[in-house]
Amino acid sequence: MKLDAKIPQGPLAEKWSKHKFNLKLVNPANKRKYTVIVVGTGLAGSSAAASLAQLGYNVKAFCFQDSPRRAHSIAAQGGINGAKNYQNDGDSVYRLFYDTIKGGDYRSREGNVYRLAEVSVNIIDQCVAQGVPFAREYGGLLDNRSFGGSQVSRTFYARGQTGQQLLLGAYSSLNRQINLGKVKMFTRHEMMDVVTIDGEAKGIVTRDLISGAIETHSAHAVLLCTGGYGNVFYLSTNAMGCNVTAAWKAHKRGAYFANPCFTQIHPTCIPVTGEHQSKLTLMSESLRNDGRVWAPKTKELAEKIRKGELKASELKEDDRDYFLERKYPAFGNLVPRDVASRNAKEIVDEGRGVGTSGIAVYLDFAESISRLGEDAVRAKYGNLFDMYKQITDENPYKQPMRIYPAVHYTMGGLWVDYNLQTTVKGLYCLGEANFSEHGANRLGASALMQGLADGYFVIPYTLGDYLATIGPKEIEANHPAFEETKKNVVDRINKLLSLKGNKTVSEYHRELGHIMWEYCGMARTEEGLIKAKGLIRELKEDFWKNAIVTGINEEFNQNLENAGRVADFIELGELMVDDALDRKESCGGHFRLESQTPEGEALRDDDNYAYVAAWQYNGDNQPESLHKEELVFENVKLTQRSYK
Amino acid sequence: MNLTLKVWRQKNAKAKGELVSYQADHVSPDMSFLEMLDVVNEGLIKKGDDPIHFDHDCREGICGSCSLHINGRPHGPKQGITTCQLHMRSFNDKDTIVIEPWRAEGFPVIKDLSTDRSAFDRIQVAGGFISVNTGGAPDANVIPIPKVVADEAFNSATCIGCGACVAACKNASAMLFVSAKVSQLALLPQGQPERYRRVQAMVAQMDAEGFGSCTNTGACEAECPKEISITNIARMNRDYFTAKLLKSEE
Repeated sequence: MKLDAKIPQGPLAEKWSKHKFNLKLVNPANKRKYTVIVVGTGLAGSSAAASLAQLGYNVKAFCFQDSPRRAHSIAAQGGINGAKNYQNDGDSVYRLFYDTIKGGDYRSREGNVYRLAEVSVNIIDQCVAQGVPFAREYGGLLDNRSFGGSQVSRTFYARGQTGQQLLLGAYSSLNRQINLGKVKMFTRHEMMDVVTIDGEAKGIVTRDLISGAIETHSAHAVLLCTGGYGNVFYLSTNAMGCNVTAAWKAHKRGAYFANPCFTQIHPTCIPVTGEHQSKLTLMSESLRNDGRVWAPKTKELAEKIRKGELKASELKEDDRDYFLERKYPAFGNLVPRDVASRNAKEIVDEGRGVGTSGIAVYLDFAESISRLGEDAVRAKYGNLFDMYKQITDENPYKQPMRIYPAVHYTMGGLWVDYNLQTTVKGLYCLGEANFSEHGANRLGASALMQGLADGYFVIPYTLGDYLATIGPKEIEANHPAFEETKKNVVDRINKLLSLKGNKTVSEYHRELGHIMWEYCGMARTEEGLIKAKGLIRELKEDFWKNAIVTGINEEFNQNLENAGRVADFIELGELMVDDALDRKESCGGHFRLESQTPEGEALRDDDNYAYVAAWQYNGDNQPESLHKEELVFENVKLTQRSYK
Repeated sequence: MNLTLKVWRQKNAKAKGELVSYQADHVSPDMSFLEMLDVVNEGLIKKGDDPIHFDHDCREGICGSCSLHINGRPHGPKQGITTCQLHMRSFNDKDTIVIEPWRAEGFPVIKDLSTDRSAFDRIQVAGGFISVNTGGAPDANVIPIPKVVADEAFNSATCIGCGACVAACKNASAMLFVSAKVSQLALLPQGQPERYRRVQAMVAQMDAEGFGSCTNTGACEAECPKEISITNIARMNRDYFTAKLLKSEE
């Protein structure tokens, strides 16, 4: 199958307007004859469900959490970009487009990214109208701050809880439509599979997580808004429930998976303390504005610190290596996320890491505190310092913070065209679950923007075109495809429940995480990836023999839920490794040791790898087929990034 | 640390529950409370037993999934944090810790420590929104909102809907939660057109869900992990009475 991204012809700034005009419309009286399924209720899902219901479609929305408002969008801290240019500092739609495509290391589509920048201004208006309490200045107008990868202040924020406030806004719009009877909400329901009839998505199979009931739901179209797959690494900043299952099932039903190896590793997270650790906590990247990153100069000194014989604050200035300032004098501590992360890893690999585990570097505020005073630092970062103290029991005003990179976001996801349709007709994918706008590296404050852009301002237009084409004919809920798919789901659950081995599902998950982090994380080599592939295969085989799954299906069974998700993560892990093997260049957050400049910097290879890698599933244990969507750049010039 | 846990086990909503003792040994003070439970659960699973069920997700204090009554206090002994942010260093070696679910008629137990809090969603569905369509919004800077007002609305909006206020209250009242949601929108200019209709609809739903009344004991404010102020309740009562006095449908 040839991939057609369906990017409209014509000048960049006119593509979306022209496209909107060319899309077919559904007659208002006919809209109520259609049903649309929305899976996931984070920013993308809630905004899509609310907007489609408002247009008149009947929406069925699903989430595995006990309330739609608990989706993991709620945890986003920093902010949301919008090209409003309220600060009069030179921002524009074009500049936001340019920053985003460059920040993504030129591995995303010009057309999509421009549209994202274009609708970003509407998102801010929409959220304010819903009552989202963004930060304001004394004059009553909206405040902005700046974020990594841009030179203007275009980030709107609500203290350190922007995601929470935006999600509560989208959730309130969703509630309004539930109240009006246009959305039927199913909480504590997990999507187990997509039902396709003649190659088109016509429904889903779900499991009621309380009763265990396996149900089928039919619809004219299915939207997956199910978030990212960062938990394939076991430890990440994602919530415990974040999983790839919905996207993975869709992949197995024919939706191509694009750029699976593109993951974002965030440099400033609180390090792991032990094997018991279940998740990692992010410390906002804004800290690097005033904190200096360093490690002891020698292994011997690091060893003393690890043993507790020496305190960080006692180390003489000469014995410290401010490695980012040393290697990148122009950008210093403010190099992009990928560069900061990779360098921290190098230090730890050299044996110069700190903390009892030795897997951390310092982020030191001593210089800022002596220059600005402790109160000024507290006013800027007080809540983050408190959070750090809460978790580590160390006072960051007195001792430097210990930080280490952690998996934070996945740029890869289901392949979609300009209309957000996957390679399965009638199956759409929105938000972090799709691959489209961030290329190989996402800029800060862009994830919230994309989720809401897809849900509020893209899908309401593009879905109508498909629905108008297929017509409002009723879906045959009795079609044998529903029963067949349901039977597959039941069979798999029974297979999982038959596992009575000696290793817990979490132990497999942790092992998978170790393999992915070690070989398919920040730095990768061909040799390591080949090794990882073998290890994952062994793990998979072992899982289906020796895992323990307790209980029965007909009950609230968190162990069974987790088993299904981890089994899917193991399969995804292998595909990520295949994708990383194929991409022999370094780009974005993805560094191939074989592809570096003489100075040791990431070397992108535009001649050979300026494409989207879209993978097609060919059956269990069969190699997947790679389809390449060549990226065309007509407006921006591709340049190698340098931060020296 | 070695600890004794007394955990509420209840097979399902209909079954009778009881406190069951478990031993949690070699607990690291750096573990979070939920990680300690993870370790206990790993042990149970290895023996083929049903693990202890509890709700949790983000584990950074913002999603509002986690709950737990720990030694008689919602979210445990520390002020201003959720259970997922509680660390074992807040306990001592050889402690006995009693862990129960939220206890309230409005939050029936689903299994073990997990309760059904969908009543909170239904209250918000009843009126916790501003009726604005996608697309028709005016420019975000058209209505200036004084910083103090925006900040106050934000303080109310930080409620995570965990239900600790209900669990802490001897009347199982949901007033702190509902009033925080009412206040956020009542404070902002965007929320004015539906201000009185909203408060009536949400309070009616709150009553229908079986939550008790407020008798101003202040336990909700004391136990709220987001430190939502009881002033919100006064604000909601004022709006509710105003609505009744005006006999306003709007």
